[in-house]
Amino acid sequence: MSKYVIVGACAAGIGAVEAIREIDADGEITVVSEEQCSHYSRPMISDFVSGKANLEKMKTRDDQFWQKNNVTLVCKKAVGLNLSEHAVTLEDGTNVSYEKLLLATGGKPFVPKMEGQEKEGVYTFTNISDAEQLAQKINAGANRAVVIGAGLIGISVTDALTKRGVKVTMVELQDKILSLLLDATASEIVEAAVRKAGVNIITGQSVQKILGKPDNENQVGSVVLTKGGQVPCDMVIVAIGVIPRTELVAGTEVKTNRGIVVDGSMQTSVPNVYASGDVAEAYDFILNQNRQLPLWPLAVLEGRVAGYNMAGKKADYAGGTNMSSLKYFGIPIVSIGLANPKPDAALEILVNQDAENTVYKKLVLKDNVLVGMTFLGAIERAGILFYLMKNKINVQAFKDALLKDDFGLAALPESVRTQMNLE
Amino acid sequence: MRKIVAKQEHCIGCGICEVHCITQHSKSKDIIKAYNRERPRPISRVRLELNKPVSFAIQCRHCNDAPCASACLTGAMHKDEKTGLVTHNPEKCMGCWTCVMVCPYGAIKIDKEGHVVTKCDQCADLDTPACVANCPNGALECVEVES
Ligand SMILES: Cc1cc2nc3c(=O)[nH]c(=O)nc-3n(C[C@H](O)[C@H](O)[C@H](O)COP(=O)(O)OP(=O)(O)OC[C@H]3O[C@@H](n4cnc5c(N)ncnc54)[C@H](O)[C@@H]3O)c2cc1C
Ligand code: SF4
Ligand code: SF4
Repeated sequence: MSKYVIVGACAAGIGAVEAIREIDADGEITVVSEEQCSHYSRPMISDFVSGKANLEKMKTRDDQFWQKNNVTLVCKKAVGLNLSEHAVTLEDGTNVSYEKLLLATGGKPFVPKMEGQEKEGVYTFTNISDAEQLAQKINAGANRAVVIGAGLIGISVTDALTKRGVKVTMVELQDKILSLLLDATASEIVEAAVRKAGVNIITGQSVQKILGKPDNENQVGSVVLTKGGQVPCDMVIVAIGVIPRTELVAGTEVKTNRGIVVDGSMQTSVPNVYASGDVAEAYDFILNQNRQLPLWPLAVLEGRVAGYNMAGKKADYAGGTNMSSLKYFGIPIVSIGLANPKPDAALEILVNQDAENTVYKKLVLKDNVLVGMTFLGAIERAGILFYLMKNKINVQAFKDALLKDDFGLAALPESVRTQMNLE
Repeated sequence: MRKIVAKQEHCIGCGICEVHCITQHSKSKDIIKAYNRERPRPISRVRLELNKPVSFAIQCRHCNDAPCASACLTGAMHKDEKTGLVTHNPEKCMGCWTCVMVCPYGAIKIDKEGHVVTKCDQCADLDTPACVANCPNGALECVEVES
C-alpha cells in the first residue's frame, strides 16, 4: 500500500509530488508513468523537431528528481482501476494500492476518421516519440507536409517544420488561424507572418481523405480537401485538439463529462480520488464554470492543489482561464480569457493598434473589470493586466491608461499598488 | 532572504538604477562600453516606473508563490532551493513568454536577440545589488524577509 499513487508524471503529476513533499516528507509516493522519461517539456517538442533542443534541454526537472523526493517511479501503463479495492492495475497485471489517488493522465490527440489515416507518414504531435518520428521522417528527406488544424499545437509544429525547410500547408476548418485565441485582426497579422515564412494556409476546409504515393500506396502522397482540392505531401500531422484520457475511470463511479469532474480541491466525485491537468475539468474564473483547459501552467497549479489536499492541507483552486502565450513565427502573443467574444452589449472593447510594427492590444471589459485581452508584439506589461483580471479589480478610474505604450505599475492607483505589496 | 524595496517618496525618477543594472549585466562592466559598444546592449532588469509625480523602480519581487516559476513550461524559471531567489536558467529557456504573461509586476524582460527572457538576479555576486548601491537618493533598499 502506497499512501499516495499518482498516474501520469508530467506537469500535473510533478506539481502534485512537489506539493505533497512540502507537507509530508515521508508518506510513500508511487508514480506510475507509461513514458520512460516523462519529466520533459511537452511544449518543447517543437524545438526538438526544429533542432533547437535535445531531450536533455527539455527536462523540466533533473533526473534525480524522483529519487530526491523519495518517489517510487514505476514506468508502466496503468490499465485498470478498482475503486472498492483502492488499487490501480498495471499492464503487467500487478496491482498498486493507494490511500489517495491522483489521475494526472493528460490528454490524447483527437484524430477524426479519415480514409487513408493508417498510411505511413501520418502523425500526431503530443509527445517526444511523435517528435522523434517526425524528425526522422524529415531526416529521411520528407519535405512537404500538411498540418490539419491551426490551433496552438498546429502552429507549433508548423513553426518547427518550416525551420527545417519543410513546405507546409495548414488546413483549418474555421475561417482563420488560432481561432480560439485571436480575433480577426490579430489572426490576420499572425497569418501574414506565417505566410511570409512560406506556409500555405487554407481556411474554411478540412481534409477528407489521405491518398498514397503513385509508387507506394502505403505512404502518404497527398490529401484531398473537403471542397475537393488536392495537396501533395509526404507527411500529414493531425493537430485538431486534445481529448482527456479518461479511459481509466470509464465504467467506474468517477463522474466524467468531457473530462473528469472535480471540485475546488481537485477531488473527483469519489472520495480520495483526485484528478488534475488536461484530464480534468477545472474551474474557469472568467466563464465561472468548470471546463477542460489543456494548458501547462494550469496543470501544474491543479496538481499542486490536489497534492496539498491529498497530504491533508486544505487548498482551494483559484481557477484558470484560457490563457496562452505564443512565440511562433517571431510574433510574441499573449491571449487571455474572452479575447474574442461574440458581440455583446454588456462588453466594452478597447483597442490600440499600430499596424506598421505589428503591435496590437485589445482589452475586453465587463462592468469595468477585465475579462479578456490580446497583446501582440509588445507583451512585456501584459502580466500586470492579467493581475487586474484575475483579481477582478475595477479599472474605471484608470481605464485610459491601460493601453498606452508607457502603461505600467505607476499608472495604477495607490490602493491597487498597496494591494500588490510593492514596497 | 533578501528583498529589494522601493522607497517611492525618495525616488526622483532619474533612472540611474537602470544604467547600473545594464552595466552590471554587461560583459565589460564598464558604463561607457556597455552603452556604446556592446551589441546587443545588455537589458536592464530594473524598470523605472514613471507617471509624474509618481516614480519608483521595480524589479522581480522574488515572490514566495512565484507564479512565473510554477507556470514555466521548461523548468528554466525556478526557485533556488538554497537562496530562495527566483532564478532563471537561460540554457533551459525556450522563450515561450509564459512567465511574462503571469508576472503581476511586468518584471520579466524579453531578450529579443537571444529569444529568451531575463530578469533581476539580485546581482548574486555582489554584496549589494548594483541598483541599490548606486541610487543617489537611497530610493532602493535591501531588507531581509523570511522566505
Ligand atoms: C506541441 C505542444 C505544444 C504545447 N504548447 C503549450 C503552450 O505553449 N502553453 C501551454 O500552456 N500548454 C501547451 N501545451 C499543453 C501542455 O503540454 C499540457 O497542458 C500539459 O502537458 C498537461 O499536463 P498533464 O500533466 O495534465 O498531462 P500530460 O502532460 O499529458 O501528461 C500525462 C502523462 O501521463 C501518462 N499517462 C497517461 N495515461 C497513463 C496510464 N494509463 N498509465 C501510465 N501513464 C499514463 C502520459 O503518457 C503522460 O506522460 C502544449 C502541448 C503540446 C503537445
Ligand atoms: S518574475 Fe514576477 S512573478 Fe516571478 S518571482 Fe519575480 S516578480 Fe514574482
Ligand atoms: S520564457 Fe523561458 S523562463 Fe519563461 S516560461 Fe518560457 S521557458 Fe520558462
